Amino acid sequence: MPNIIETKKLDGSDILEINFGPQHPSTHGVFRMIVQTEGEKIRGLRPIFGYLHRNHEQIAENLPYAAIMPYTDRLDYVNALANNFGYALTVEKLASLEVPERAEYLRVIMAELARIVNHITVIGFMLNDLGAFFTPLLYAFRERERILDLFEEVTGSRLMNNYFRFGGVKRDLTALHLATIHQIVAKFPAFLEEFETLLSKNEILCMRCQNVGVLSPETATNAGITGPVLRASGVNYDIRKVDGYSIYHRFDFKIPLGKKGDVYDRYYVRILEIRESLKILEQALAKIPQGEILNKKTVPFIKMPRNFKPPVGEAYGRVESPKGELGFYVVSDGTPQPWRYHVRAPSLINLTVLEEMCLGQKIADAIIILGSIDIVLGETDR
Amino acid sequence: MENIGSFIDMIFVTAKAWILALLGQFLPVWIVVLASIVISGVAILCLGPVIMMYLTLLERKVIGRIQNRYGPNRVGIWGLLQPIADGIKMFTKEDIVPANADKLIHLLAPIMTVVPALMIFVVVPFGRQMTAADLNIGFLYFIAVSSITILPIFMASWSSRNKYSLLGGMRTAAQLISYEVPMTLAAVPAIMMSQSLSTNTIVLTQAGSFGLNWFIFTPWGIVGFIVFFLCATAECNRPPFDLPEAESELVAGFHTEYSGMKFALFYMAEYMNAFTLCGIAATLFLGGWQGPFLPSWVWFFGKTLALICIMIWFRGTFPRFRVDHLMAFAWKFLLPLTLVNILLTALWQFTSASAAWLFSIMILAAMLYMLVKLNRVFVPEKRNYVLAD
Repeated sequence: MPNIIETKKLDGSDILEINFGPQHPSTHGVFRMIVQTEGEKIRGLRPIFGYLHRNHEQIAENLPYAAIMPYTDRLDYVNALANNFGYALTVEKLASLEVPERAEYLRVIMAELARIVNHITVIGFMLNDLGAFFTPLLYAFRERERILDLFEEVTGSRLMNNYFRFGGVKRDLTALHLATIHQIVAKFPAFLEEFETLLSKNEILCMRCQNVGVLSPETATNAGITGPVLRASGVNYDIRKVDGYSIYHRFDFKIPLGKKGDVYDRYYVRILEIRESLKILEQALAKIPQGEILNKKTVPFIKMPRNFKPPVGEAYGRVESPKGELGFYVVSDGTPQPWRYHVRAPSLINLTVLEEMCLGQKIADAIIILGSIDIVLGETDR
Repeated sequence: MENIGSFIDMIFVTAKAWILALLGQFLPVWIVVLASIVISGVAILCLGPVIMMYLTLLERKVIGRIQNRYGPNRVGIWGLLQPIADGIKMFTKEDIVPANADKLIHLLAPIMTVVPALMIFVVVPFGRQMTAADLNIGFLYFIAVSSITILPIFMASWSSRNKYSLLGGMRTAAQLISYEVPMTLAAVPAIMMSQSLSTNTIVLTQAGSFGLNWFIFTPWGIVGFIVFFLCATAECNRPPFDLPEAESELVAGFHTEYSGMKFALFYMAEYMNAFTLCGIAATLFLGGWQGPFLPSWVWFFGKTLALICIMIWFRGTFPRFRVDHLMAFAWKFLLPLTLVNILLTALWQFTSASAAWLFSIMILAAMLYMLVKLNRVFVPEKRNYVLAD
C-alpha cells in the first residue's frame, strides 16, 4: 500500500499509521480509513471503500424495470423511501407517465417522514460518536419507532420499504393512518425541544463541534457536495426547490443554511430541516385530495412486469435525499431491462472531502467529522 | 432502643470480636492475632468483587432508566443474578493473546491492576471502628497505592502491540498523572482541618452535633469536594473523562487486546476504584460514616452509592471531552483553584466564623471569575441560521 506522505518527519520521529476499520465501532459500517497521525494530530487520511460492493448496477441491468425497485431499498437502508422516489421519478420521465394527484401527496408524505427518520438517526449516531453513551441515540430511536411502525403498517416493512410504483404508490393511506401521521407531526416539536435543551447548548458538545471540520463553500461546490453538508457551508441548494419535482413547489418551506460549515452547523441544520419537513407534512396532510393512487396505464404491468418496455432514450432523475442529491441515470434500448443504469450516490461523493476536513484535527475529531457527513455504506459501495 | 441501635451499628465489629473470643478459648494468642488479620482480609477480598459485580448491575439498570429502557431483567428477579451469569461467561471465554504481544507483561497487567484496587480498601472506614487497618498515614497510603494503577494500564497498552492500545496508553499516562495532582491538593484542606492523615480521625473530626459537622458545609469543603470528585471521575476513567478507552475512537483503548477473565479483571479494578474513590470522597468531605439515627455503615454505603450514582448519571448524559481540553481543564483550572482553596482553609482556621465566611466567598468569587475569564479560550457561539427560500 503506497503511503500518502512520508512516514518519517524531518526531525527523524515517526508518524503513526492507524487503520480504522473496516471493523470499527464508529465507521458506520464497513468503511475503512488509513489515518496517519503525529501524536493525536492527523497528518494524512485515506478513505478506502468497496467492502460492501454488491454489484447493484450490474444486477439492475439484468432485471425488468419493476424488479429493480426493491433493490433500490438496499442502497440507503436508513431511508429506503427516498431511493424509491428517485428511481420511480426517473422511470416515469423515461416512459412519460403521469402520477395521480393523491399519489403525489402520498409520496411527499412518506418521503418527508423518511427524511425525519434519517436525520434523527444521524444526529443520534453522531452524538454517540461524540461519546454521549447511547442516550441521545435511544431518545431519537424512541421517536423513530413511531414512524417505523407506521411504515410497517403501510408498506409492510420497517426499513426496506418497497412502496413506490411507476405512476403511483403501492397502497393507500387510510384515514386512520393519516390521523397517526397527524399525531406524530403534532408531537414531534416537543421531542425536538427536549432534545435541544439537553444537547444544543451543552458546553462540551459546542467545544467539540464548533470550528471543527470546517468545509468552505468553495471546496464544497467544487467537490460536488450536496445535501445538509453543503447547506451547512452556506450554499443554498436544495433540489426540492431547484427542481420543484413532484409537488414540492406547492408547499411553503424554507432551506436552513449554516454559516461556518463545521460539525455543529451540520448537526444543527439537520434539526432545522426536521422542522421544515414537519411544516411540509402539515400542509400535505391538510391538502391531500381523494382519488386514484396508481396511473391506470401501469396497472397491467404489475402482473406482467416484462411487458413494461419504455421507449428508447435516456433519463436522469434526481431527488433531494436526506443525504444529498440522489440521482438515477437510466438508458433504455426498448427492451424490458435497462441498457445502462447508474446511481449518483450522495454518500460516496460527500466522502471525497473527508481528508480535507480532517487534516490538522485530532483523532477524536475525525470520528465526529465522519459521523457528521452521514454516510451509509450500502449506498457508498453499492 | 438505644441498645438495639448501637448493636446494629456495631454488628460486624461484635461478630468479629465474638469469633476471636471463641478461638481464644482453645488456641494460642498468636493464632488469634493471625485469625483477626485473616478475617479482615477475607472480608475485603470478598467485598471488593461483590461490590464490583453489583455496581455493574446498578450501572446497567440506572443507565437503562436514563435511556428509557429496562436494563437487565432476565436472569433472576430484577436481573439480580445477571452479574453471576456475566462472570460465568467471562470464565468460559477463550483467552486470546496476540502473537506479537509481550506475553509476560500482557499477563501481569490485569493482575497488577486489581491488587492496588483491593489494597485501597484497607484504609476505607466503612463504619464506626470498621477500618481494616487504621493507619496513621491512611490518606498518604491511599494516594500512593492508587497512583500505582497507572502503571498496569500502561503495561497493558504497551505489551498488546496494538496501535489503539498504544494511543489509549498515551492518553492514560497523560490524564491520570495530571489529575492526580489536583486530586491530592483538593484533599489537603480536609487534612489540614483534621490535622491528621488517618482516615478514621478525619471522619471523627466531622462529628459535631448529630454527626452533621461535615466538611462539605464550608466554602472550602464544597470546592474541595467538587474538585476531588471530578478528579476521582477522571482517575477511574469514567465519562466524560473516559478517553483512555474511548469506545467510539479507540475501540476499547488499553484493553482492546484482552478477552475473557483478563478483560474482566480490568473492569473489576475499574469498578472497585470507582467505589473506593467515592468512598474516600465521602470520608474526606461528606463525613464518612457520620450521620444521625441510622447505623454508621448504612451512612457510609449510602453516601458512597449516591456518589457512584452521580458518576453513572455523568455517563448517561455527557459527551466526551477531547484530549487537549481535558489537560487544559486539569492544569489551568482545577490546579489553581485547589491552591486557592488551601489558602481559604488557612484563613478559616485563624479567623472568626462570620469573617471567614465573608472572606472565603469574596476570594472564591474573585478567583472563579479570574479563572473562568483567563481560561475561557472557547466561548460557545450563538449562531443564527438563515432560512432561505
